[in-house]
Amino acid sequence: MLAAGLFGLGLTLSFFVAPEAAVEGVRQRIFYIHVPIALTSYFCFGLGAWKALMLLWRGDDRYDLESYVAIHQGTIFGLLTLATGSIWAKTSWGVWWSWDSDQLVLFLTLFLFYCAYFMLRFSLEEGARRARSSAVYALFGVALIPVSFLAIRLAEDLVHPTTFTRDGPQMTATMFTAFCVMWAAVTLLAYVLYRVELAGKRLDRDLRELREALQ
Amino acid sequence: MTYLADVAALTRKDLRVALRARDTLPAMLLFVFSTLVVFHFASPDGADESAAYGLLWVAIVFTALLGLARAWVPEQEHGVLDALVLTPTDRSAIWLGKTLATLAFLAAAQAVALPAFVLFFAPLDLTALAGVLLADLGICAVGSLLAAMAAAGRARELLLPLLFLPLSIPLVVGGVGAAISADGGRYLLLLVLYDAVFAVLSWASFEYVVTE
Repeated sequence: MLAAGLFGLGLTLSFFVAPEAAVEGVRQRIFYIHVPIALTSYFCFGLGAWKALMLLWRGDDRYDLESYVAIHQGTIFGLLTLATGSIWAKTSWGVWWSWDSDQLVLFLTLFLFYCAYFMLRFSLEEGARRARSSAVYALFGVALIPVSFLAIRLAEDLVHPTTFTRDGPQMTATMFTAFCVMWAAVTLLAYVLYRVELAGKRLDRDLRELREALQ
Repeated sequence: MTYLADVAALTRKDLRVALRARDTLPAMLLFVFSTLVVFHFASPDGADESAAYGLLWVAIVFTALLGLARAWVPEQEHGVLDALVLTPTDRSAIWLGKTLATLAFLAAAQAVALPAFVLFFAPLDLTALAGVLLADLGICAVGSLLAAMAAAGRARELLLPLLFLPLSIPLVVGGVGAAISADGGRYLLLLVLYDAVFAVLSWASFEYVVTE
């Protein structure tokens, strides 16, 4: 409920309150959706890796499911990021895809990586070994982010609008407020989805165990 | 000292098994050579010379995949991996032994592929060669861990490329950059960083992948 309310407020702010961008005009409004989704997606991947680390460290089974669900959410938000980014790129650079943009390529690399994570998970037999292999792979993902970022920066040609620089965000106060509200809304939405999916998956597992116990 | 002795023994075992079976190494050699020939016909007349370096890297990555897919097959077939895990050695020694053995095969394949590349396509300078060597380290370190993961799966031949290719992207960036950029040193540094980060990660996490 709260997530839905905040989402609505964020959308209103970003479409009606925040001033039009000087250069990009109405197109720029997708920024309020695209960037929060992308940040949330990174956050989900980070959370997944953190849970994976906890699994390897503590050896507690419940981290396996938590890590998987976080990465699942991250991948869904990642797909949305690629879609909204593509739309923005089409309207503002005139192409659906640009290999020159660091963030786009980095995101695609990560997206491919996490798709492979699901392939790995579904091809292994359920059990402690699958949990640990998935956890190790999830940790590799977090190491891949900075290394790929460096790699892509090296082959760089900067086209992406850099909004956040060392001098702070380059936008007006209302724009920044709208952005923050949207960011909070998307993060909250991701969290709600994470809890829902986790609850569903746990219920699933408990049911299966019960059924096996009955047989 | 015993750790190194274990690693040496495991590497020797892998090399001996592969040399006796004579399947992986000849396959890799033939594969990389025929790939280069196919590339010649795939690239249009008058194509930019720098495109050839990209093709070389595609050939290297796929040849490595071919070798890595076979890396754990002998262990799988006879249940050797379980026995190795039971021996009182550090598990990471198994990974290191396999990494060194795969590295030897990949280097052997490149000993054929690189001269053939120079002959057919474009010259390679010292920076490019250093790039190949550093990338080989990363490929084998990460690849032998992922291959062990994939070997436990249902569709291991399918799984390994999917797991490995996204992780190989920085290596390809570094390798191609070292070959064509005027300032190749930066790309070599990237490769060193990649090798260090992922070798340590693989070394530390191998135990979790092979134990039940």
